[in-house]
Amino acid sequence: MNNGETRGIREGLEKWREKREQMKDRDFLFETVSGMEVKDLYTPLDIENLDYQRDLGFPGEYPFTRGVYRNMYRGRLWTMRQFAGFATAKESNKRYKYLLEKGQTGLSVAFDMPTIMGYDSDHPRALGEVGRVGVAIDSLQDMETLFEGIPLDKVSTSMTINAPAAVIWCMYIATGEKQGVRPEQLTGTIQNDILKEYIAQKSWIFPPEPSMRLITDIFAYASRHVPKWNTISISGYHIREAGSTAVQELAFTLANGFAYVEAGIKAGLNVDEFAPRLSFFFNAHIDFFEEIAKYRAARRIWARRMREKYGAKDPRSWLLRFHTQTAGCSLTAQQPENNIVRTAYEALAAVLGGTQSLHTNSMDEVLALPTEKAVQIALRTQQILAYETGVANVIDPLAGSYYVEALTNKMEEEAEKYFEEIEKRGGVLACIEQNFFQQEIADAAYRYQRALDSKQRILVGVNEFVNPDEKLEIEILKIDPRIEQEQVARLQKLRRERDNIRVRETLDALRRACEGTENVIPYILDCVRAYATEGEIIQVMREVFGEYKEKPTF
Amino acid sequence: MARKIRVLIAKPGLDGHDRGARVIARALRDAGMEVIYTGLHQTPEQIVEAAIQEDVDVVGLSILSGAHMTLIPRVTQLLRENGADDILVIGGGTIPEDDIKALKEGGWVKELFTPGTPLEAIVEWIQANVKV
Repeated sequence: MNNGETRGIREGLEKWREKREQMKDRDFLFETVSGMEVKDLYTPLDIENLDYQRDLGFPGEYPFTRGVYRNMYRGRLWTMRQFAGFATAKESNKRYKYLLEKGQTGLSVAFDMPTIMGYDSDHPRALGEVGRVGVAIDSLQDMETLFEGIPLDKVSTSMTINAPAAVIWCMYIATGEKQGVRPEQLTGTIQNDILKEYIAQKSWIFPPEPSMRLITDIFAYASRHVPKWNTISISGYHIREAGSTAVQELAFTLANGFAYVEAGIKAGLNVDEFAPRLSFFFNAHIDFFEEIAKYRAARRIWARRMREKYGAKDPRSWLLRFHTQTAGCSLTAQQPENNIVRTAYEALAAVLGGTQSLHTNSMDEVLALPTEKAVQIALRTQQILAYETGVANVIDPLAGSYYVEALTNKMEEEAEKYFEEIEKRGGVLACIEQNFFQQEIADAAYRYQRALDSKQRILVGVNEFVNPDEKLEIEILKIDPRIEQEQVARLQKLRRERDNIRVRETLDALRRACEGTENVIPYILDCVRAYATEGEIIQVMREVFGEYKEKPTF
Repeated sequence: MARKIRVLIAKPGLDGHDRGARVIARALRDAGMEVIYTGLHQTPEQIVEAAIQEDVDVVGLSILSGAHMTLIPRVTQLLRENGADDILVIGGGTIPEDDIKALKEGGWVKELFTPGTPLEAIVEWIQANVKV
């Protein structure tokens, strides 16, 4: 823009503003769902300093604001990946086959709480929780059943597992071995993001230091033996679900990403050896433009830091590739069918933001695990977006929008403020120790709930447009309590029938490796191959590494 | 002057979803109650011990892992065994209607609050049901 043009717009804007201010606004909170104030109008003046080549560039080119691939969805659509898993390995295997039949293109495994926390199904703490929120996996035997008839060289599998990620990943590698699939053929992702566990999701086992060692051991092992595997999915999803704002999700997630990069470098790895396998996982909340700006800002920040601060030379190290899940916390138990609509808008934001894969929530997930019918609608939502709406035809179609570009800049600026604050407090681990992230998120969650209660914020069907005498009319998936007993019986049979001397030997070798500084992954693999259970392996590590304890605050 | 109502907000079970527990703990404190929050991953035994030690009027259990049919009765039963059945047990979380009915009719819980309940409704319920 030349000076004359700028002046013209400025004068026009002033005149418009004068008349517009005489008009009354309706009584409504004009801010994003995160509480960020937005103006009523954006013009070229809001992005005066935007430099196309420097700040946006072209898709697949630095700084990747417009997307990580040159052809984006014209080349390949995003992967439609529905998160699923419940009850037993056998039941979940059936659901995976159902989803693959319906046209899903990748698998995503949900584990039950005992598996996530490193307890076997017969541990006293597992009582009542087996198979409830995901599938129960105790040993390699369960993993073999989970993928029975699903060739692991043909599907990519994402596994939502964190504290015991190394053990579950080894079970997956060993399942591949049983099927005759070599580790280098395996594709998929383990979440493996312990920092966001301390911050938001709270499924931790070990203290931060040994947890970070397990993660860098995985980075190192994967780069040599499982090169196509995404070794971590650095997750903002749970931070957002815990109540954070969009800026907090963006800033805390990227700060965690930088912490992993620094840990890898500190462990002696070359940044370009592991950075191309880092991936991200973001939330798609209900505030449409804010989410799109968040994804665009995330790509730009990551690329700049990786190149400029961490000296990554391989362009693949600069790419922020991400999975998206629509926001569970935006759904309502009231009038659950409305959730289909919410999810569709959220999915649209993820696609316009350039996601690499997507999970759309089912309408009933706020009530229980989803039924087949609800899952099918959720998957169909993605297929309608992909094949009917035309939104996948053009790359980054909102670029150049005064609002979207201004908001993208704003997200970046606000995130940079948080990075400074985190740095000042001594880094991510120090901030976790100080409860800094946890408190910021709790404050935001409380503000949001208060705004709902005072009706400053409207939630359709909950605090406005309520159906009196609402009766739930959708079907709810029930988990049979007998499943727990069956899983326990299977586990105990395995313990009787396997070679228990071999189990003992491999566990002892693992203990020594944990006490030393060697990479522990080959040792965990040996334990898994001998059918040592997840609980037994984690118990050895717990004894060496200790357990994390939080300081509960509210 | 009446003494303050004492509430223990507890997270039994293995899941880490503490957003609701923390928001409610804060709302009850803002409403003038004494609130103790246990933190995550508590066993029923730990919760009951804390409730008795802290001499609370109410135990609020937050469960989002689907294990409510096991964990809520266990807490109530342990309170009874320890002669602390004057402590009101309430709960919140993702709990299907049929289970709510079963838990209330079985006498395992006084009230259950599901997603979408205004904070004020929980505050008022406690104020109406606790005699201080």
